[in-house]
Amino acid sequence: MEITQRELITAIHGMLFGGFFLMGIFGAIVMLLEGRPEASASEQPVSRWRTIYLTVAVALGWAAVLSGAYIIYPWYRAAAPAGADLTLYPKYLLTAHASTAGWHNFGMEWKEHVAWIAPMAMTTVAYVMLRHRASWNADRAVRIAVLGFATTAFLAATIAGGWGAMINKAAPVRGGNTIQLMRSAP
Amino acid sequence: MNSIQPESQTLPKPIPNGPVAAALLACGFGCFALGVLAVAADGSKRLADALNFYNPSGALSGVTGVAIALWLIAWAVLAGLWKHKTVALVKVSATAFLLLALSLLLTFPPFGDLLLGR
Repeated sequence: MEITQRELITAIHGMLFGGFFLMGIFGAIVMLLEGRPEASASEQPVSRWRTIYLTVAVALGWAAVLSGAYIIYPWYRAAAPAGADLTLYPKYLLTAHASTAGWHNFGMEWKEHVAWIAPMAMTTVAYVMLRHRASWNADRAVRIAVLGFATTAFLAATIAGGWGAMINKAAPVRGGNTIQLMRSAP
Repeated sequence: MNSIQPESQTLPKPIPNGPVAAALLACGFGCFALGVLAVAADGSKRLADALNFYNPSGALSGVTGVAIALWLIAWAVLAGLWKHKTVALVKVSATAFLLLALSLLLTFPPFGDLLLGR
């Protein structure tokens, strides 16, 4: 059982960073929907686990977009030399046929930009929830605004993650060294 | 006879919402800048070349890099201006949401193509 280096890094980008980020935003939305905490809660420090949870969620979001833009995307869009095997050049493989060009012209064009909205919005959510808890507790307008930002982050991450999974199914990012995960039975 | 306390001692001190408003508005602005730059770079080869900060990633590196820089600068400036202030949060968050909604729309390729007359 083998996997190429690029396939493994793409899986880490999408399934580890992106997937867990999406779950992290969903958890934050559940936290926000719990409603207004008790009045005494604003006097207490933010729980350690909540701080760790939101910090890790934000870090996963930034790891997803940065690894996507600076590691995976260059492999995806690398120019194919004349006569090259297009399976190693996903963008060119997709755009070579009218029936698959939309995966790039629509899907990737949307995904590559909309994805960045998610960590930006989630950073704002985490900042308000961790650093301005008193304001969040005291003001319903703050809670509604933060919930709206978290929902927007979820929407943007869902669009990006969904298109990423589908594009990688249509034209997987491949190449690099082969890593043997498990020896096959003879 | 001293049972009635002055109002200032009985009412809780209002919590300034300026820093929260600054974070929300700056994020909306940064996301909107991302959308505008994405469409503009798609429509102008010259701008796309100028935003090509890292060649393997192309203009995406500049579009996102500049948008993030604008977001952080706006956040720092607004946070400084509104540090101890209470602002009209409903108006500010409505503006931030409008910018956020526009950014989602601008990153949607058919809308960008429409703006570019394609």
